[in-house]
Amino acid sequence: MEEKAKSKINLNRVDMPRQDPKDRAHNYNEVALGYTEEMALEEANRCIQCPKRACVSGCPVNVDIPEFIKALRDKNMPEAVRVLKSKNALPAICGRVCPQETQCEEACTLGKRKAPIAIGRLERYVADWDLTNKDKRPATILPPPTGKKVAVIGSGPAGLTAAADLAKFGHKVTIYEALHTAGGVLMYGIPEFRLPKAVVQAEINYVKSLGVEIQLDSVMGKLATIDELMDKDFDAVFLGTGAGLPMFLNIPGENLNGVYSANEFLTRVNLMKAYLFPEYDTPIKIGKHVAVIGGGNVAMDAARCALRLGAEKVYIVYRRSRTEMPARHEEVENAEEEGIIFKFLTNPKQIIGDDNGWVKAMECYEMELGEPDASGRRRPITKAGSEFVMDVDVVVVALGTTPNPLIPSTTRGLETTRHGTVVADEQTGKTVKDRVWAGGDVVTGAATVISAMGAGKRAAASINEFLMKKQSF
Amino acid sequence: MFKIVWKESLTPVIDCLKVEAPALAAKARAGQFVIIRVDEVGERIPLTLADWDAHEGTITLVAMRVGTSTHKLGKLKSGDSLIDLVGPLGRPSEIEKYGNVVMVGGGVGIAPIHPIARSLKNAGNRIISIIGARNRDLLFWEDKMQALSDELIVTTDDGSYARKGVVTEPLKELLEKGGINRVIAIGPAIMMKFCSATTRPYNVPTVVSLNAIMVDGTGMCGCCRLSVGGETKFACVDGPEFNGHEVDWDITLARQKIYLKEEKESLARWESCQCGKS
Ligand SMILES: Cc1cc2nc3c(=O)[nH]c(=O)nc-3n(C[C@H](O)[C@H](O)[C@H](O)COP(=O)(O)OP(=O)(O)OC[C@H]3O[C@@H](n4cnc5c(N)ncnc54)[C@H](O)[C@@H]3O)c2cc1C
Ligand code: SF4
Ligand code: FES
Repeated sequence: MEEKAKSKINLNRVDMPRQDPKDRAHNYNEVALGYTEEMALEEANRCIQCPKRACVSGCPVNVDIPEFIKALRDKNMPEAVRVLKSKNALPAICGRVCPQETQCEEACTLGKRKAPIAIGRLERYVADWDLTNKDKRPATILPPPTGKKVAVIGSGPAGLTAAADLAKFGHKVTIYEALHTAGGVLMYGIPEFRLPKAVVQAEINYVKSLGVEIQLDSVMGKLATIDELMDKDFDAVFLGTGAGLPMFLNIPGENLNGVYSANEFLTRVNLMKAYLFPEYDTPIKIGKHVAVIGGGNVAMDAARCALRLGAEKVYIVYRRSRTEMPARHEEVENAEEEGIIFKFLTNPKQIIGDDNGWVKAMECYEMELGEPDASGRRRPITKAGSEFVMDVDVVVVALGTTPNPLIPSTTRGLETTRHGTVVADEQTGKTVKDRVWAGGDVVTGAATVISAMGAGKRAAASINEFLMKKQSF
Repeated sequence: MFKIVWKESLTPVIDCLKVEAPALAAKARAGQFVIIRVDEVGERIPLTLADWDAHEGTITLVAMRVGTSTHKLGKLKSGDSLIDLVGPLGRPSEIEKYGNVVMVGGGVGIAPIHPIARSLKNAGNRIISIIGARNRDLLFWEDKMQALSDELIVTTDDGSYARKGVVTEPLKELLEKGGINRVIAIGPAIMMKFCSATTRPYNVPTVVSLNAIMVDGTGMCGCCRLSVGGETKFACVDGPEFNGHEVDWDITLARQKIYLKEEKESLARWESCQCGKS
């Protein structure tokens, strides 16, 4: 078998089963169902174990991809888990939401032949095996405590990764999280049908099992400032507070009832479980015709949630064309299959309300594409006299987010850019403030789970170096 | 979990709870609020601080039973716990020596008025308080307000106690007499709207505390947005206190009604679940 696989390259990528679009448009169960053992082995056997390891350099945290794939096809699952987790503390999450098509899979040697190894699906398979076979896990051996204490602010992927690595170095870590649940965007933003919350909580439990303490309901900057934390208890602080501030369009009618930021819409649905109202107390307005403005992953998630809540028609309103959409291709395809209607080259002019202050329509312009702008994408230009009215009763604005100024405004000596992001060294995450590191969306602006994790990892290494050096004085 | 160390009903529909929260109590300032969640399925609701004691490590909350969460809150006893308590949130009240300050507290708004009046009193202001409620049964803390006011006026809409009428009437009389340097009004939005309209012709700076619907309370969702002076503001981080003369009251009032239908549905469901429970 092994010989045969080596001699003849198999270009048939194994498909991952998904819920039928007709069914899944009405439920919150996970859309992608994951490989069976048979499928995983078949896909793993396609890997040619190239010495060049292009995939590894495509991975932002340099997971030893060929190694874990090899262990997987040798059916040595604990070893596959070990290899994977030695670089990635949250593989069940990454296997589901990473944009592999622009990372490891893009780099994969077989990708040149249009059939890269489905690395994400294999990662998910291995990680899910680990979650269902916790009892077979080799115990993580922690070094003796160093006596050093680190505060991590925010429990998104950046904070969780930094905390896990710092704990593995033997430091005492406390995470402070503003919300009542840990996980950041993984819990409040990305919907259940794309990333089951039980998977996120299982990964968080793993971080806790390393001795990390998580203090919820703690809005830092309010409950205590960063300076107070360092004066009192902590030797170092890592800021992983994300980019949580919603942007609005600043057009007339934006404060009408029925207009949501994507953050509010998704938080109500995912974190507060408004889709289970009235079993859960938090309500959400279920639109008949919903317009989601934006073309990123967040817009796709909001649109697909609106559909599942029971909207008859859900539109994505995007001012450029399909090719410029920043959302992952797979998610656009999923949304389309489920019946989301795409209005390209369309830009809102104003939201129109009824006498009671509720949205009843949205007036839009048609757009056309001009010369490329600073982002390299062709600039959308308003077509004069092209206004038309869309009949909608809920509007979700998904235009992006910026970091919350709460911590920078209450911390002495932190430097921020004019976009509100915290300035930190790209390699180490060190800020200009003594003993403070930062990473993830708070530094880069809204980015990806894996880039936030990578930043958390690098910062943990740098913090460890600083703490251990200090100890030797 | 945040333990309730003491609880009493101030009126048949208004509850007062003292909750253990040492870190929060140490940081609390007049005018700030907290967000609570009563249980695992509960909504996140904002409540303005009614009091706190840094020494004892407790905060005091006063809530009127209107929706599911506040009804659930009313059922809790001392020894029970709140599942979540977040704060202190929002900007503290501006406390300076202004001179003669009128504090207007309407209904459950009497509670948050109290610590602000105390801070202003300590800053050397002369405090004239007007507290009002629909009827006698909804009035509370008259004694507390009496203790820290140089002058206290009490009204009930139906005349069942003290002066009959609404709070804007004595407010107008005071403004007419002159010498008022600042007005702080907290209560139902409609009351704050009318207080602001009353003070406007006299050009007296008027501060209102807007109880918008919230989710996170940290600027993350925009659910609490309002229009103030023609600009969109977030009540949770830019407020909760705003210049009453600049608030767009139509939007404020409309936004408070977003979930009226759902709130009724949720409460009816909760009430029917309560039947049979003692
Ligand atoms: C709807 C949506 C879908 C997405 N889909 C994808 C995807 O498919 N793939 C992908 O790779 N990326 C996706 N992203 C982006 C990705 O989720 C983020 O880039 C990533 O979560 C950033 O991680 P982080 O740790 O920096 O911040 P966050 O995940 O934002 O976590 C920050 C945490 O800090 C907390 N916090 C903030 N301020 C304070 C404070 N003052 N005190 C205490 N705690 C505080 C917040 O409550 C939050 O829990 C998506 C984002 C959204 C919103
Ligand atoms: S590049 Fe592709 S084929 Fe080569 S080792 Fe990595 S996953 Fe296997
Ligand atoms: S409550 Fe979410 S931004 Fe104010």
